[in-house]
Amino acid sequence: MPHDGHDHDHDHTEPPSDIELRVKSLESLLVEKGLVNPATLDALVDRYEHHVGPQNGRKVVARAWTDPEYRQWLQDDASAAIGDFGFKGRQGEHMVCVENGPKVHNLVVCTLCSCYPWTVLGLPPVWYKSAPYRSRAVADPRGVLAEFGTVLDGDVDVRVWDSTSEMRYLVIPERPAGTDGWTAEQLEQLITRNSMIGVEQAKTPEELKGAAE
Amino acid sequence: MNSGHDLGGMHGLGPINPEPQDEEPVFHADWERKAFSLTLATALLGRWNIDMGRHSRERQHPARYLLNTYYENWLTGTEVLLKESGLVTTEEMATGKPQGPAPNSIHVPSPDEALNAVKAGGPADIDAPVQAQYAVGDAVRVKNFHPQGHTRAPRYTRGRVGVIQRLHGIHVFPDTHVPGVTEGYPLYSVRFEGDELWGPDGDAKSAVYADLWEPYLEPA
Repeated sequence: MPHDGHDHDHDHTEPPSDIELRVKSLESLLVEKGLVNPATLDALVDRYEHHVGPQNGRKVVARAWTDPEYRQWLQDDASAAIGDFGFKGRQGEHMVCVENGPKVHNLVVCTLCSCYPWTVLGLPPVWYKSAPYRSRAVADPRGVLAEFGTVLDGDVDVRVWDSTSEMRYLVIPERPAGTDGWTAEQLEQLITRNSMIGVEQAKTPEELKGAAE
Repeated sequence: MNSGHDLGGMHGLGPINPEPQDEEPVFHADWERKAFSLTLATALLGRWNIDMGRHSRERQHPARYLLNTYYENWLTGTEVLLKESGLVTTEEMATGKPQGPAPNSIHVPSPDEALNAVKAGGPADIDAPVQAQYAVGDAVRVKNFHPQGHTRAPRYTRGRVGVIQRLHGIHVFPDTHVPGVTEGYPLYSVRFEGDELWGPDGDAKSAVYADLWEPYLEPA
C-alpha cells in the first residue's frame, strides 16, 4: 500500500469511492449533531498540512551542528531544548534526540502503530506507517536501509528505536564533510526529513549542488 | 493483544517503495484530510484517551487491519469509539442522520481551542510516589505474557533479555489506561541485541531499543 490506496492517475470526474462516501457521511452526521465544528476541522488540517513539518526539525539539527552547548542541551533535556524554538505539543511531549556518529547509526520506527515526532517532523510519510517498514525495521535494519540506498560499514552499530511509548525520537544525522564555516541556514538545506528518521544520511554539499543544477 | 498491528519481525509484506520525499504530499486525497481531522477533533471531546484510540484500531480483524490504508484504520477506530462512548448510535452511523442533539455536557472545541490543545499536547508522565525497581545497566527479561487487551510490549520482545539504558520517568500505563485507569509505572529504555531477538537470522551488529514499563519486566 505504498500510496495509501490513492491512484495518482485517477480521473477526478469518476464517482466517489466507498471510503469517500463513508467519510462524508460521518462528517455531515457529526456536524449536524453538533459534535464537530467544521472550522475546527479546517484549522487542524491547515496546521498539519502547512505549518508543522520537517522544516522544524531542520532548525533543531542545524543548531545542534553549530552550537555545542545546544547539542549538549538536546542530550540532557531534548523536550526543553526543542521547546526553545516553540516546537511543542501533541506527539512531541517527550522528546529524545539520538546522534549518529562514525560507528553509530540510529533509525526510528513504530512497530505497533505510527508514533512519530509531529512537532519536529509533521505527519509521517506513508512508508513510515506501512506494514513493510514496521515489520522489517527491527529485524533487518540494514536491509531496510539498503532500500533507501543507505549502505553502512559492517562494524557500524545500528540502533533501532521502536517508539512503543509516548517518548518520541529525532535522529541527529552526522554533519557532512566539507561544511566548515557554513551557517545554520546553509546547513539546513542538507538536512532531509529521511535523515532525521534515520533511513538516510544528510545530503553532502556535492549532492546539494547536483540537485540545484 | 496479539493481532495485526504488532508487526515487528513479520515476513511477506513486500518492499517499502517510499515515495520521493520532496514529492510526497502530507495527504493523498481530500478524504484523508477529513479522516485525520475528524479523528483529532473527536478525540478533543475528551471521551476517550490516546491508548483507547490505538486499541480501537487494533481490535479489527487482523486481515482487515493489514489490507486497510492508514487513514481507513483511523476512521474505523473513530467510528468504533463514537459508538462505544454513546455519542453516536449504531443507527445514526448507518444512516448518517442524527436522531437527537449531542449531550449538553459535551464541549465542542472552537478552532482556537483545538489549536491550543494540540499545541499544548498531553504529557504522559505523572507524579506518583513510585520507586523504580531497576537501574541503568541492569539486565531484564520481558515477561512471557499474552494479554487479550491492549499492551505496548511488542511480541518480538517477550521472553527476551535486554539491558536498561535509561529511566524516562513515571508514565501512564497503557494496559490499564484502556479500561479507564490512570496509573503510573517507571518507563525504561531497554536495549536488545539483534541476535538475542532474532537468533542466527538477526544482525549481531544491530540492536533494538524499546520503551517498556516496569510491569512488563522481570530480573534476568
